[in-house]
Amino acid sequence: MSAHPELLGSEALAQAAGGNAPRSLWRQAGRRFRRNRAAMGSIVILALIALTSIFVPMFWPHGIEDASWESIMAPPSTAGWHWFGTDANGRDLLVRTFYGGRISLTIGLLTTVVALVIGVTYGAVAGFVGGRTDGFMMRFVDVLYSLPLIFFIIILVTVFGRNIFLVFIAIGAVEWLTMSRIVRGQTLTVKAKEYVESAVAIGLSRGAILRRYIIPNVLGPVIVYVTLLIPTNIIVESYLSFLGLGVQEPLTSWGLLISQGAGQLDSAPWLIAFPATFLAVTMFCFNFIGDGLRDALDPRDR
Amino acid sequence: MTPVIECEQLNVRFRTDSGEVTAVSDLDFSLNAGECLGIVGESGSGKSQTFLAMFGLLAPNGMASGSIRYRGTELLNAPRSALDDLRGNRLAMIFQDALSGLTPTMRVGDQMAEVLMRHQGLSRRDARTRIIEALEVVRIADPERRFAAYPFEMSGGMRQRVMIAMATLCRPEVLIADEPTTALDVTVQAQVLRLLDGLKKHTGTSLVLITHDLGVVAGLCDRVLIMYAGRAVELGPVREIFRRPAHPYTQALLRSMPSLNIDPGQDLPVIPGQPPDLENLPGGCAFASRCLHTLAACGTGRPRLQTVGAGHARACHLPA
Repeated sequence: MSAHPELLGSEALAQAAGGNAPRSLWRQAGRRFRRNRAAMGSIVILALIALTSIFVPMFWPHGIEDASWESIMAPPSTAGWHWFGTDANGRDLLVRTFYGGRISLTIGLLTTVVALVIGVTYGAVAGFVGGRTDGFMMRFVDVLYSLPLIFFIIILVTVFGRNIFLVFIAIGAVEWLTMSRIVRGQTLTVKAKEYVESAVAIGLSRGAILRRYIIPNVLGPVIVYVTLLIPTNIIVESYLSFLGLGVQEPLTSWGLLISQGAGQLDSAPWLIAFPATFLAVTMFCFNFIGDGLRDALDPRDR
Repeated sequence: MTPVIECEQLNVRFRTDSGEVTAVSDLDFSLNAGECLGIVGESGSGKSQTFLAMFGLLAPNGMASGSIRYRGTELLNAPRSALDDLRGNRLAMIFQDALSGLTPTMRVGDQMAEVLMRHQGLSRRDARTRIIEALEVVRIADPERRFAAYPFEMSGGMRQRVMIAMATLCRPEVLIADEPTTALDVTVQAQVLRLLDGLKKHTGTSLVLITHDLGVVAGLCDRVLIMYAGRAVELGPVREIFRRPAHPYTQALLRSMPSLNIDPGQDLPVIPGQPPDLENLPGGCAFASRCLHTLAACGTGRPRLQTVGAGHARACHLPA
């Protein structure tokens, strides 16, 4: 390409000179993230898993509750559309795996959103207000922390009965604790920064400072933690279901499928193999994305 | 001249694990309308804490007593709501560290707009016009584009100028500049100082310049307050202070200014000794242990500011 510098606008000249148009921290982080192949690959795979989980159960010839007496514990085959085989009731495993994916991913995301909202608000307020309020709020967190999760959930289940929403509440109610500690710690660091002092000095209210000066600056580590929290919550859901405290039949989730498959490991290994593979791949993907985000948002690169 | 700021018997103390630290003790001064007052002292002499107290920005373990009034309104320990209407509006402060004075997650223009939206109720769009003007005043090239830039895309000098522009948006009556040039290199320092001087002359803003650079004081200030260990040691018109420094500490400070015509290899003049421990200040003059002419009285009685000339006072036991 022949260069015609006289034709370039000032914008293009500035670009050429390295003085780019304003780019935000987030956009720079986004560019670093996109260069990370493992993370980008993970996003593609996750998207595939999510999309198939949403759409396959809609079009698949078998429903999740359809029992077929002709094919009980059938191994995977293309015959009769039982690609992943069937379980002891003759239900198609493929549709159940994808349906379970819907439930597992939904629980993973929703519980994380719950934990995020409560944890960030609580931690930021505690850290920002400081003093006795902070001490009181964090001791409350410590108390909740000391309650074993299973114990807490058994209480909830006995009181309110088995319900999928209870799973959301139970996981969300436990996982925000760590989030609030992370956010509080970050807030203490950010609070001491000069820009917060200058925000006070221009007469902004506490709420405005918290929302516009503190929270945006603690979000980096929070986002990384979120990508690690989603798989954690999926796993927690899995083991609750495994123990019979979580998702109930006829609904299903990866954890429940794995628990049922584990009983028939010798006779029908496919029953555990497929849901376990999906769960494991999902875990890997979230962790790669978390790593990618951590590298992209690393403050040392700023 | 009517004083805009009157500070009387200001004491600032900090509770620490090892005891109480006195950062400022019995400080009196006033700031007249349209003047530039220089506050000079070494690190830990209480010059920054005085104004942090005035802005209600003391650390949580800090306590202030006495009085700082802005046109008769008490600022010290005033309720937050009352302070919030004044700070950023009638009283503004430029912080020491320009590099971290702007939040990294907000565009520079939006951050500046906060001031106008808070105090003048402007819309974001109206604020934008004013801000671009203000950026032009502080000679930031291409202000339209810089409005949308993030702080980390700017150099230290630019950020410092942004902070100055931000502090002056509401045309404050009092502008406190806390070592506005320490983080900057010499050429930018000169620009920033010229800017402050222009501001004072054109808008009639009263300026307080906190610094340890006597050169800056000589160029910009009308009066100087010299502080040592949290106390005022000398106060006077800038010419008087430089021509006839009355306090031994001021004399020593002026002597220890490095000049260009000393031989290379020759030691720079210094004030021997260390500033006193603020946790247990001596009963007498705080400077006594480093002073060249101590009397018996210096160890026992604390000297008060006494007039030695027109508008010139010092706190010293030595005969004048």
